[in-house]
Amino acid sequence: MTVRGRAFIAGAYEHPRREIPDRSVAQVHGEVAAGALADAGLSLSDVDAYFCDSTAGFGPISMVEYLGLRPRYIESTDTGGSSYLVHVGHAASAIAAGRCHVALVTMAGLPRSRSEAPVARSSGSPEAGFESTWGMFAAASYALAAQRHMFEFGTTSAQLAAVKVAASLHAQHNPHAFLRTPVTVDDVLASPIISSPLHRLDCCVVTDGGGAVVIVSPEVARELDRHMVKVLGQAEAVKHTDNGRITLLSTGAVTTGPRAFDEARISPADVDYVSIYDSFTITVIETLEDLGFCEKGAGGRFVQDGALVAPDGALPFNTDGGGLCNNHPSNRGGMTKIIEAVRQLRGEAQRAVQVPDCQIALAHGTGGSIGTRMASATLILGQDDA
Amino acid sequence: MSAPLPTPQPERTPETDAFWAGTADGRLPLPYCPDCDTVIWYPREFCPQCGRRSVTWRTASGRGTVYSYTVVHRTSGPYRDAVPYVLAYVELDEGPRVLSNIVGCPPDDVRIGQPVQVVFCDTGAGSALYRFEPCSPTGMAADRRG
Repeated sequence: MTVRGRAFIAGAYEHPRREIPDRSVAQVHGEVAAGALADAGLSLSDVDAYFCDSTAGFGPISMVEYLGLRPRYIESTDTGGSSYLVHVGHAASAIAAGRCHVALVTMAGLPRSRSEAPVARSSGSPEAGFESTWGMFAAASYALAAQRHMFEFGTTSAQLAAVKVAASLHAQHNPHAFLRTPVTVDDVLASPIISSPLHRLDCCVVTDGGGAVVIVSPEVARELDRHMVKVLGQAEAVKHTDNGRITLLSTGAVTTGPRAFDEARISPADVDYVSIYDSFTITVIETLEDLGFCEKGAGGRFVQDGALVAPDGALPFNTDGGGLCNNHPSNRGGMTKIIEAVRQLRGEAQRAVQVPDCQIALAHGTGGSIGTRMASATLILGQDDA
Repeated sequence: MSAPLPTPQPERTPETDAFWAGTADGRLPLPYCPDCDTVIWYPREFCPQCGRRSVTWRTASGRGTVYSYTVVHRTSGPYRDAVPYVLAYVELDEGPRVLSNIVGCPPDDVRIGQPVQVVFCDTGAGSALYRFEPCSPTGMAADRRG
């Protein structure tokens, strides 16, 4: 069964704040649920399917009660930062199967004001004894991938920095962005090394916040007075260490890209805008290669001359400023990737970075770590007539 | 000047107990599947390649090469005061790429492809952390444990 054209994103909402010391995680879920439903022209009582990750209380058991929902379909697949792109795909499948009509996906977290380090989820996992024991953590994991990519393909720190520069040029136009000052390649290279070859400015921000989207059936979509965004394709995969034969040169996008493009019946050349998960600059370079926007190994050269800069670059990306500059709520950047893709397709991005005549957008999420194991998810969205 | 690397106790499970006991004896035991001739990593009681449960143990040579590395300059937790330290994937001669530290040389001297040899750092709790140091010019690591 394909989801192509069987579901629409009717509502999307990103919490406007990046530091929220005065609210609980549940309160932020409640705010973004209300925001996305209002955006769609719906209310909590219309929701018959609910999706969230495992970080809010007892997952959907807590949140369904808190929000006062009566869903007939619930799901809490937790694939880290890519969870919400998985949720949208599963919501579309459930809608296509006739199990629900209005699916609400919410996410929220407060790592900035609560000084929570990115959660090391390995404790109790079978791999636990073999990684953190040696001082492994998120930035180091991505640094291992970056180092090998440089060795294999000649990728440079300046090319990694070009990803951050593009994000910062976009973030200056976003009044809500956490970091709004444009930076140069030299600024990135002059920032302290966190874990070589990654500098501080190769790393995403840590922010409070959240977001939500509402996915509806074609029948509901027809009744709503809102610019509908069609779900064209979605794919997910776990890419892991493969019995100790890990490659650091590719991500799960190698698998999800072709599957999602196939379902959407398009090719990378058809895509007008991309939201690419940007936990670190190397994440973007490897993902662009794996999705087929350039040859494997050519990601550094692809991004170095402004290809990612909206609106005129060859492949405008993360026009909200992405996780590198705008927002990475709960240390999970997948939801904001979906929301900015929806804005682009609706023509509601910031004017300076709106891609003209945006027909097809791709959002890609990464959960876990490209230096060990990850869950990748690709979502392709388009105009109603796409 | 950074502090010596910490030796935190690894999280042990019934499945990995024999592995860690071996490290305490100065060995690097590798699970091996005779059915598909595969060295398994990380240790588990079945072969993730073929699913069979005829796993036996082999002792690793302790030699390998650096597949990738990073010099960590800032972190939190037990390693916070040990920066700069080197985290690396070492490709063992037997095949698996294992996460570890490179010790016994300045962090900036580590290179991809560098030959390395295992050393063991006792945790004082019936296990030792396997780390690697550059092979000496004769191809043998210095006879040193620490």
